[in-house]
Amino acid sequence: MAVTEAELSSKPNPARWLVVLVPYVWLLLFFLAPFLIILKISLSDTAIAMPPYTPVFDGFASFGTFLSGLDFDNYVFLTEDPLYMDAYLSSLRIAIISTILLLLIGYPMALGMARAPTTIRPTLVMLVILPFWTSFLIRVYAWIGILKPEGLLTLILQTVGFLGPDEQVQIFRTEAAVFIGIVYSYLPFMVLPLYSALEKLDGTLLEAASDLGCPPWKSFWLITFPLSIPGVIAGAMICFIPITGEFVIPDLLGGAGTLMIGKTLWTEFFGNRDWPLASAVAVLLLLALVVPIAIFQNQQQKA
Amino acid sequence: MKFTRLDATVLTFCFAFLYIPILILIVYSFNESKLVTVWGGFSLRWYRDMWSNQGLMDAAWITARVGVLSATLGTILGTLAALAMTRFTRFRGRLLFSGMIYAPLVMPEVITGLSLLLLFVALGIDRGFWTVIIAHTTFTMCYVAIVVQSRLVTFDRSLEEAALDLGCPPVKTFFVITLPLILPAVISGWMLAFTLSLDDLVIASFTTGPGATTLPIKIYSQVRLGVTPEINAISTILVGIVTLGVIAASLTAKSRELQRQRDERAAFRAVG
Repeated sequence: MAVTEAELSSKPNPARWLVVLVPYVWLLLFFLAPFLIILKISLSDTAIAMPPYTPVFDGFASFGTFLSGLDFDNYVFLTEDPLYMDAYLSSLRIAIISTILLLLIGYPMALGMARAPTTIRPTLVMLVILPFWTSFLIRVYAWIGILKPEGLLTLILQTVGFLGPDEQVQIFRTEAAVFIGIVYSYLPFMVLPLYSALEKLDGTLLEAASDLGCPPWKSFWLITFPLSIPGVIAGAMICFIPITGEFVIPDLLGGAGTLMIGKTLWTEFFGNRDWPLASAVAVLLLLALVVPIAIFQNQQQKA
Repeated sequence: MKFTRLDATVLTFCFAFLYIPILILIVYSFNESKLVTVWGGFSLRWYRDMWSNQGLMDAAWITARVGVLSATLGTILGTLAALAMTRFTRFRGRLLFSGMIYAPLVMPEVITGLSLLLLFVALGIDRGFWTVIIAHTTFTMCYVAIVVQSRLVTFDRSLEEAALDLGCPPVKTFFVITLPLILPAVISGWMLAFTLSLDDLVIASFTTGPGATTLPIKIYSQVRLGVTPEINAISTILVGIVTLGVIAASLTAKSRELQRQRDERAAFRAVG
C-alpha cells in the first residue's frame, strides 16, 4: 500500500517531498494566511485611505503597542447595530429551512435514482450533474424571468385562469424567491451524496424484512433511512455551509427585506468601503460555520 | 428495492424542475421581442447584439484565458496534492493539509474572496488578471485533488513498483506509468476546474482589478439592471459549450472503456 516513513527515510529523495511541499506551501500562503489577515484587519480602525484601514501591526513594532492597538470596536459595533445580528440570525434561519427543504425534495429523488434499473442509473447521475456544470449565475438569472411580476409564471397562471388578467405573482424580491433559488441551485449537491449512500444499500436486507412481514414504510424507517444517515449528514453540510454565506441568490432574487450575512458583507465592502467591518463580519460568519465545517471534514476523511 | 410508479413520478418532477428554467432561458434567447412574456417570433437578433457588444466580448476573452491558465495550474497543484494525500500517509501537518484541501469546497465564497483580496493588499500586489488566476487556482486545485484522489485510491500500485524494481527513476515512473493511468481523472479534474473558474462571480469580484473584468462580473452588472435577451444569448452559448463538453467527455470515457475491454479479450485469446 502506501509508502511509510521508514521506507521514505531509507530512500531519501527530495523530488518526493516536493510533491507534498508545493501544494502545501501554496495552500498555506493563499488559503490559511489570508484568514489570519482577515482576523488582523477586523481588529483595526477604519481609515479614509487606500487601503481603507490603519494597520494594526506595523512591521516590527513592539508587541506591547501591538496589543494596545488591538481594537474590538468593530465587533462591539456589530453587536450594537441590530442590522448585523438580524442578518446573522436570518442567514442561519434561511440556511436551516433551505437545508430541510432540500432534504425533503432530494431524498425521494435520490431514492428513486437508487431504485431505478442499473442500466439507466449512469444517465440519471449525469442528468443531476449537468446543471451543476452550467453557470450558477445563469441558473439564478433564469428564475428572474420566470418569477418577476410580468414574468412567465404570471402569464401561465393567467392563461390557466388561476389569476385574473390584472393580477400578478408577487414572489420575485421576496424570501420565497430566495428559497426557490437556493433549492434549485443546491439540489444536485444534496442528491449526489444521498444517492451514493442509498446506492450502496444492500437490497437483501429489505427483502429479508419484507419476507418477515415488515411493511415497506416500516422497513424504510428501520433499515433504509438509518443506513443512509452518512449521506444525509454529508449532503446537509455541503448545502448548509455555503448557503449561510450565500450572496448571489439573495441579491438577485431577494428583496430589501431579505437579510443575509453574505450580502451584508458584500455591501460593507463594495458599498460602504468599510474593510475592517467587512472583515469582522467574515470572522463572525466563519465562527458560525466552524462546527459544521469540522463535521464535514470528519465525514470526508472517514469516506 | 423495486422501482415503483411513485419513484418514476418523483424523478420526472425533479428533473423537470432542474431543466425547465434552463430550457425557458434558451428558448427566449431566440425571441424577437424584448419582453419575456411576449413571443415575437424566432430571431437571432440578440446573438448579433451580443456579438457586437465589445465589453461583453472582451470579458469573454479574459474569462477564457483566466479559465485555461487557472485550470491548468490548479490541475498540476491538485494532482500533486492528491498524490501527497494518498502516497504520503504520515507527515508533519497532514491533518492541516487535508483540512486545507476540504475546507475550500464548502467555504462561503464571500469569505474566500475577501480574505484573498486582503492578502493581496497586504503584500502590495496590484489586483488584476494574475490575482484572479491565483484565486481561482487556489479553490479549483482542491476540487481537482478530490477527483484525482478518488482515482488514486483504486490504483494498482504493483505496476509502479514493477517499474521502480526494474530501475526506472521515480519521476520517469510517474510520467510513464502513473500519469497515463490516472489521466482520465486528471482530465475531468481540469474540466471541472475550468468550468468552476468560468462560473465564478464572487471570488473574481473581490480579487479583480481594472482591465480584468470577467464574464460573470459583466453578466452580473447587466442582470442587476434587468433581464435582457442578450444575456439569454450568451448564457445559451455557455450552456451549449458545457453540455457538449460533458457529453464528449462521457462518450470518450465510454469508448475508452470499450476499447480496454476489447484489448483484454484479445489478450486472453492470445494467451489461450
